Amino acid sequence: MTFSLRAVVLERSLDAEFDVLDGETIAVLGPNGAGKSTLFGLAAGLLRPDEGRAELDGRVLFDTRTGAWVPPHARGVALLAQDPLLFPHLTVLENVAFGPRAAGASRRAAKAAAERWLAEVDAVALADRRPTQLSGGQAQRIAVARALATEPRLLLLDEPFAALDVAAAPALRRLLRRVLAGRTALVITHEVLDAHLLADRVVVLERGKVAEQGPTAALLERPRSHFAAGLAGLNFVRGRATAEGRLAVDGLGEVSGTLGSDDGGSPAPGSDAVAVFRPADVALFRPESVPHGSPRNAWRAVVEELEPRGPQVRVHSAAGGARVVADLTAAAAADLDLAPGTAVVLVAKAAAVSVYPA
Amino acid sequence: MPASARRSPRGYTGIPRWVYVPAAVGLLFVVVPFVGILARVDWAHFVPLITSESSLAALRLSLETALASTAACLLIGVPMALVLARGPVRGRRWLRGLVLLPLVLPPVVGGLALLYTFGRVGFVGRWLEVAGLQIAFTTMAVVMAQAFVSLPFLVVSLEGGLRTAGGRYEAVAATLGAAPSHVFRRVTLPLVLPGLVSGLVLSFARSLGEFGATLTFAGSLQGVTRTLPLEVYLQREVDPDAAVALALVLVVLAGAVVGIVYGRRAAGTAER
Repeated sequence: MTFSLRAVVLERSLDAEFDVLDGETIAVLGPNGAGKSTLFGLAAGLLRPDEGRAELDGRVLFDTRTGAWVPPHARGVALLAQDPLLFPHLTVLENVAFGPRAAGASRRAAKAAAERWLAEVDAVALADRRPTQLSGGQAQRIAVARALATEPRLLLLDEPFAALDVAAAPALRRLLRRVLAGRTALVITHEVLDAHLLADRVVVLERGKVAEQGPTAALLERPRSHFAAGLAGLNFVRGRATAEGRLAVDGLGEVSGTLGSDDGGSPAPGSDAVAVFRPADVALFRPESVPHGSPRNAWRAVVEELEPRGPQVRVHSAAGGARVVADLTAAAAADLDLAPGTAVVLVAKAAAVSVYPA
Repeated sequence: MPASARRSPRGYTGIPRWVYVPAAVGLLFVVVPFVGILARVDWAHFVPLITSESSLAALRLSLETALASTAACLLIGVPMALVLARGPVRGRRWLRGLVLLPLVLPPVVGGLALLYTFGRVGFVGRWLEVAGLQIAFTTMAVVMAQAFVSLPFLVVSLEGGLRTAGGRYEAVAATLGAAPSHVFRRVTLPLVLPGLVSGLVLSFARSLGEFGATLTFAGSLQGVTRTLPLEVYLQREVDPDAAVALALVLVVLAGAVVGIVYGRRAAGTAER
């Protein structure tokens, strides 16, 4: 294991623990305020934990029990923020040479290293420019080169695409995919695409705690947190298993589904279980016109919001504490004459609902 | 963007028309006295007046002491501003108020305070006297009096710059492997250079104009402690023409200082 961190920061109600393997890239996902940036501050040494311990390549970065503390500049942890934060008084080349110079390299060696890294990010032509003369995408590329030029043992990327316009993001994404291969790194992101493209594993942070973690594809296919389900675009309800493939959910009532073959089998009756299904697999009816021939799931709910999405309408509905979204064609939504407050019945085939242990 | 482009003459200003009258009166109040002094200058003897022995001695002493006190402000003011702006200090507001005190204090009071601290019977001066060191009524006392009153200018100007700049570049620099001293030299100082330069220029100007504290703490001895403002005050009794000529020299110096600071600021805003 290359990097491990366990930390409590009371002020930000963070209490998290996770490991990163050698050469592994981890996507850190989670809603705003979940503690993602706090986690980065701890790893980089810009923030002190109330309690905890971190280790990088066998070296203790901090340990509140022994009082050990390595200052940020001695950690070998580079941080790339949303904002490129290139030093405005230095040229592009001098920016990239900053790390090697700080590490004690000679002027010439630092310049050579900077040129090499500029070539790596296809920015040799920008070497003599000032940061104010760069576009957002160019600046972020230089920031990547500057961070990599320090040969960090751990690279932290805090929403590297957040400040870029849509046109500039794909190029940087390709670049990061290339330079992150085989590198130990953490990436904070809000995009499923980034998790798929850049990361081997995903850690989901919710309210300061690690809600779930696992390989990217598996986790997004079978999410165990509201947040990951939302990212994957899936409905997610949590309840208590009652029988094989069934669970009781507050507000919805009984939910029937099919058991996954690869996922620890059936949740034991009485244990926590989750059900996951796609919005497109949910049909909507008025209570008086529910078709007979009984599909397995029929839940009473109230429409909360209608969200147009191209040719479709996404219907957000609530049943007690449970929230379910359904995608309808605009025509179907118009036929049903839906509006916030309308009582509806949600219908989903059991075959379309996956049930697995929480 | 040039500064003039933002202040478009066509834009709605919301200024009541009558406001221009007191504003113009204010401007005249500031400008007219300079006309008054210009009108009073004895141009025929101007050069001999400002190149007399006592004038040159005062001018030279003023420039030397003002440069020395500005250097002193640089050495102690920059660390003060840094700690005040970013240090983990408690009671920051109180500390800032204390640092500002010499700015609002009558200079003569500052001079008295220095005299009763570093003078022969002052509680620090007493021990310096034992060590064979006398400060009061020496050129050293002139420099100290000037530094005492001009330090707030540098600290306030730089602290504002430091707080506006924030610490984000410093944090990035640290994660790039730069130790604090390296960050200070290569990142913090260059970033606040405009604020530092205006602070230094203002300190220099304040030192150049120092009168009350100098007279109280250092006296008025030609070539030793009699700086230009003291010389002007003295000549006013004996030779008003000389006083006016020297006063004009001070006006020109002050104008140059304001020009440098204002020019830099205007250039700085235009760049952003």
